[in-house]
Amino acid sequence: MNIVVLVKQVPDSGLARRLDEQLRVDRNGANNVMGELDEYAVEAALQLKEAHGGEVTVVTVGPDQASDTVRKTLAMGADKAVHVVDDAIAGSDALATSKILAAALGRLEYDLIVAGAESTDSGMGVMPHLLAARLGVPAATGVRKIELDGDGIKVEHQRDNGYDVLTASLPAIVSVWDTINTPRYSSLKGIMAAKRKPVETLSLSDLGIDPSEVGAGAAATEVRSATDRPERTAGQIVADEGEGGRALAEFLAVEKFI
Amino acid sequence: MADILVYVPNSGKSAAETLTLGRSLGQVSAVAFDDSAASLAAEYGAAKVYRVTAEGADDYFVDPKASVLIDLAGRVGPDAFLLPGTDEGRALVARLAVALDSGFLTDVSGLDAEGTATQDIFAGATVTTSKITKGINLATVKPGAVNAEPAPAEPETEAVDAAVAETDKRVKIAERVDEPAGDRPGLAEADVVVSGGRGVGSAEDFALIERVADALGGAVGASRAATDAGYYPHKFQVGQTGTTVSPQLYVAAGISGAIQHRAGMQTSRVIVAVNKDVDAPIFGMSDFGVVGDLFQVLPQALEEIEKRK
Ligand SMILES: Cc1cc2nc3c(=O)[nH]c(=O)nc-3n(C[C@H](O)[C@H](O)[C@H](O)COP(=O)(O)OP(=O)(O)OC[C@H]3O[C@@H](n4cnc5c(N)ncnc54)[C@H](O)[C@@H]3O)c2cc1C
Ligand SMILES: Nc1ncnc2c1ncn2[C@@H]1O[C@H](COP(=O)(O)O)[C@@H](O)[C@H]1O
Repeated sequence: MNIVVLVKQVPDSGLARRLDEQLRVDRNGANNVMGELDEYAVEAALQLKEAHGGEVTVVTVGPDQASDTVRKTLAMGADKAVHVVDDAIAGSDALATSKILAAALGRLEYDLIVAGAESTDSGMGVMPHLLAARLGVPAATGVRKIELDGDGIKVEHQRDNGYDVLTASLPAIVSVWDTINTPRYSSLKGIMAAKRKPVETLSLSDLGIDPSEVGAGAAATEVRSATDRPERTAGQIVADEGEGGRALAEFLAVEKFI
Repeated sequence: MADILVYVPNSGKSAAETLTLGRSLGQVSAVAFDDSAASLAAEYGAAKVYRVTAEGADDYFVDPKASVLIDLAGRVGPDAFLLPGTDEGRALVARLAVALDSGFLTDVSGLDAEGTATQDIFAGATVTTSKITKGINLATVKPGAVNAEPAPAEPETEAVDAAVAETDKRVKIAERVDEPAGDRPGLAEADVVVSGGRGVGSAEDFALIERVADALGGAVGASRAATDAGYYPHKFQVGQTGTTVSPQLYVAAGISGAIQHRAGMQTSRVIVAVNKDVDAPIFGMSDFGVVGDLFQVLPQALEEIEKRK
């Protein structure tokens, strides 16, 4: 079974994040890490490979430094990677990124594509369905369990008040939540082995995409302004010396919640 | 007057909010797949309802509805197409964007007649304004961001009969498993959310959190540490990888306030925290906090709430 995992490098969500002067996500001043849910996608792919054989290929679209994220996936156990990098990609919107990813995927043979349910920076959760539309491949997204089921897959799609069991034929796209597994740490051996694993670096021209079709110039959405929301500040904090519960109820009453 | 299409999946609060936002932009035509959605559309001021019957659509994931919406959008040619910012809404907006070759925005908290949208990014730390520069104003609306206001109307109804294409039958819903939350309101839609964290210490003791939630008519939430420890089911997780809530009141008990948790609740109007650690980051963002043991503070608060009711 050939599995492709989509990973995106993002600014660490544990630290302050900002937009740069061009109102794009500042990736230079940030500590960049693999998208948090994408680690679960990598783990899900590795577990499927371990159970059923095959190969795991990682695909990412991102700047030079995204090679750190690629290395990390190889150290975890992915077999090879495709990294699309081109200066003309900067400022692309989700539609353009999906065009690039679809072209990169078009050069690969795959049975299953695994993505994160949403990226940590944009949080849009749209890429798997943009790709499904472009590639004509079925998508079963937001899942907490993946099983092979005959020639297809069976997944559990998580929703607010329960879950749906979905079945789909292959090839298919799935996206995963953090409820699906616990991502492994890479071993020292894995980190060493990663150095010898093949990483194919592709430009837009390798993919037959004209630079004018992507990047800031082609974006169909435009950020016009960004303002920092004033940080919330502490209000009244009281120590419980036997009356804390009553003080809490009093506050709720003043605020008209009771 | 601008023509606004609104996808109304059900009679839930986020559907009502999306209709309300649509109405502020122009004349709303709602797309409803069932009667409850159609009546909600009428209650929230739709001028027209496309009442779709697509035999068998409910047995498949996303694709049949996506095809119906793409067809309708092509036929109607709206100025804007709004969908609730649920997982389904995000899936559908992506399908529409590719089919219509239109720019799109997700989770907008506002949209004006000029097409300027506001969004909260970076877990609510930054507010942006954006514009779609190509195609129509295609967007999902962040649950809880708009105040739903009824405006009863008598919409014209057009029946739409749609057949489900074979290519839309590739992802089958083999089974639906409901895990009802009892009588409590849905987490994403609740006006009050009472959440417990690792400090609650056990599944049994979450009953205390439930009692506080019930006393305030709210939903129960949990931090990831609490769901990971099995104290409360995963689907109640609030935060970056759980549900984003924006209630009038958020009560955090035994929750430290890690950035990933804050990401899911920091746009709540009023935040209250109970934590025995005075240095817990949650206090830095709370309107009211009690430094103390939640097993002392909450039962006393409950007693007082019952008394005052
Ligand atoms: C990729 C990723 C995604 C994540 N997504 C989420 C998410 O969506 N939601 C989320 O919540 N977390 C998320 N996290 C986890 C997050 O980083 C924290 O680990 C988690 O929020 C901590 O939960 P907690 O506050 O309950 O536990 P802790 O940080 O352990 O805090 C427990 C608190 O309870 C207090 N306490 C203990 N006993 C009592 C008592 N008897 N009375 C009063 N107070 C008491 C303690 O003082 C402490 O402050 C994510 C992490 C990662 C890496
Ligand atoms: N630039 C990218 N390169 C590779 N994968 C991506 C990229 N952007 C998004 N993805 C994948 O799509 C998922 C959802 O992203 P998003 O729609 O941006 O929230 C991510 O978790 C990744 O798996």
